[in-house]
Amino acid sequence: MSLDQNEISKLARLARINVADSETEELSQRIGDILDMVDVMQAVDTSNVVAMANPHDAVQRLRADEVSETNQREHFQAIAPQTEDGLYLVPQVIE
Amino acid sequence: MPNHTVADILRGLEAKTFSSEEITQQYLDAIVAHDPRYNSYITVTADAALAQARAADQARQKGNGGLLCGVPIAHKDIFCTEGVRTSCASQMLDNFIAPYNATIVSKMAQAGTVTLGKTNMDEFAMGSSNETSFYGKVHNPWNTDCVPGGSSGGSAAAIAAGLAPAATGTDTGGSIRQPAALCGLTGIKPTYGRVSRYGMIAFASSLDQAGPMAKTAEDNALLLQAMAGFDPLDSTSMQLAVPDFVGNLNKDLKGLKIGVPKEYFSEGLDPAIGAAVEAALDEYRKLGAEIKAISLPHTHLAVPCYYIIAPAEASANLSRFDGVRYGFRCENPKDLDDLYTRTRAEGFGAEVKRRILIGTYALSSGFYDAYYRKAQQIRRLIKQDFDAAFKEVDMIAGPTTPNPAFALGEKVSDPLTMYLEDIYTIAVNLAGLPAISLPVGFTQGKPIGLQLIGRDFDEASLLAAAHQYQQRSDWHRQAAPGSV
Repeated sequence: MSLDQNEISKLARLARINVADSETEELSQRIGDILDMVDVMQAVDTSNVVAMANPHDAVQRLRADEVSETNQREHFQAIAPQTEDGLYLVPQVIE
Repeated sequence: MPNHTVADILRGLEAKTFSSEEITQQYLDAIVAHDPRYNSYITVTADAALAQARAADQARQKGNGGLLCGVPIAHKDIFCTEGVRTSCASQMLDNFIAPYNATIVSKMAQAGTVTLGKTNMDEFAMGSSNETSFYGKVHNPWNTDCVPGGSSGGSAAAIAAGLAPAATGTDTGGSIRQPAALCGLTGIKPTYGRVSRYGMIAFASSLDQAGPMAKTAEDNALLLQAMAGFDPLDSTSMQLAVPDFVGNLNKDLKGLKIGVPKEYFSEGLDPAIGAAVEAALDEYRKLGAEIKAISLPHTHLAVPCYYIIAPAEASANLSRFDGVRYGFRCENPKDLDDLYTRTRAEGFGAEVKRRILIGTYALSSGFYDAYYRKAQQIRRLIKQDFDAAFKEVDMIAGPTTPNPAFALGEKVSDPLTMYLEDIYTIAVNLAGLPAISLPVGFTQGKPIGLQLIGRDFDEASLLAAAHQYQQRSDWHRQAAPGSV
């Protein structure tokens, strides 16, 4: 199984990763190999098996809805690529 | 300091044979002199280490040092260390100075450890050979033409080369146990939820677990004692008391039932590894254990199941690296979409991108049931295999890896054969169980690892079983050629 050019483009778009045309063929082959490898799962009857998301079947522990953190905006923004007036800067989105 | 263990260092500090500052300086000098051969460190924090060592010496003198007061260790570069670059071996985080500490970094510091530096690894922990690092591959001290294993390959190589007595690692599909096996070390993956994941850069959140790597089971017990425990900052951390791992090391093994799964000795296993594991099982018989054949019938589905679940979770976790708040940003983005897509294309390496795309595929509309949901159902079948086995036995034993350390470059161009190197370790992560790898022999000068898998939260029995084997063997005391 291998994915065609359109499928790779769609995945690249969903994952927000730019894929050059020159990379498509190898990626398609590699992803196809992995899909072939995992195909063995399809032969297993899992109709009555409950999907398992957590090894202890635990659910997310929630904390009380109280303020527990102090504001550290300047500390965290010190490592940002570009900021101004406490805001993260990105290329203009709205004209 | 030839071949020092953590316990040796604690005895030396206690007896004032050396100070923490002296032993720390020796390790720092050794790293400068010898690490160019192995590339096991990404960042060495010499000044901070010496300051921590002096503080530890003072604390010890005043009699108020922690459990590991003055012991130098290294942290895998996946753990956030405040004020120090935390790269996850990726260009994406090459400029990332962590603004806070991971919980285990804080806990180890509270116990008095001295941080020598941050160790090399596969990029974002995705690999079994430590060849995908942005900072270059790591060499196995037992044979520098071979891989050290991965993803915690830098931690393993540093210890085996004598450039740290112990280190932290993480294990999503075998990333502590496989490099421990390939480098002749002892390493334990604790039960999922035993050690906090806060500040550990996430790969696959339902599988990731942090743990120690060192030469001996005793050292692992000391380190795990310091790093384990409930953490309110990790919503998957379990609210359980931490047992006395060190105090339990000599618990009698008489009557211990050890199950040996026939699936772990099938085609693909190097015969020399099979023989070494059999010989180790004989030692366990002499220690009073009963060895019993068992079956884990869904073993062959573990690698396929993992290669859907882990990439799916990775594709979600790694969406945070977008060039906006921290880390790498591409040059001159022409619009926001270009900023995202080019930052991620340039910042991630090939294996990471491949796994994100696979995960995206498995989670995408129309394929979710066939891949992701199916894999989660298979995951339960794998867990049920272990549940059934643990009704009959107390522990499960087998090889850690099918092969000893392989040559650098041998498998990196063929990801599928690389993935199969984790065939015995991956199911353990899917089931969330604890497992330890310990050295039980050599083949062609390369170490062999035995894996012991335990019941949920029963790390204590694994550490005791490994420790008592090490009381009657000296594989763990062998030093790699050229090690310090």
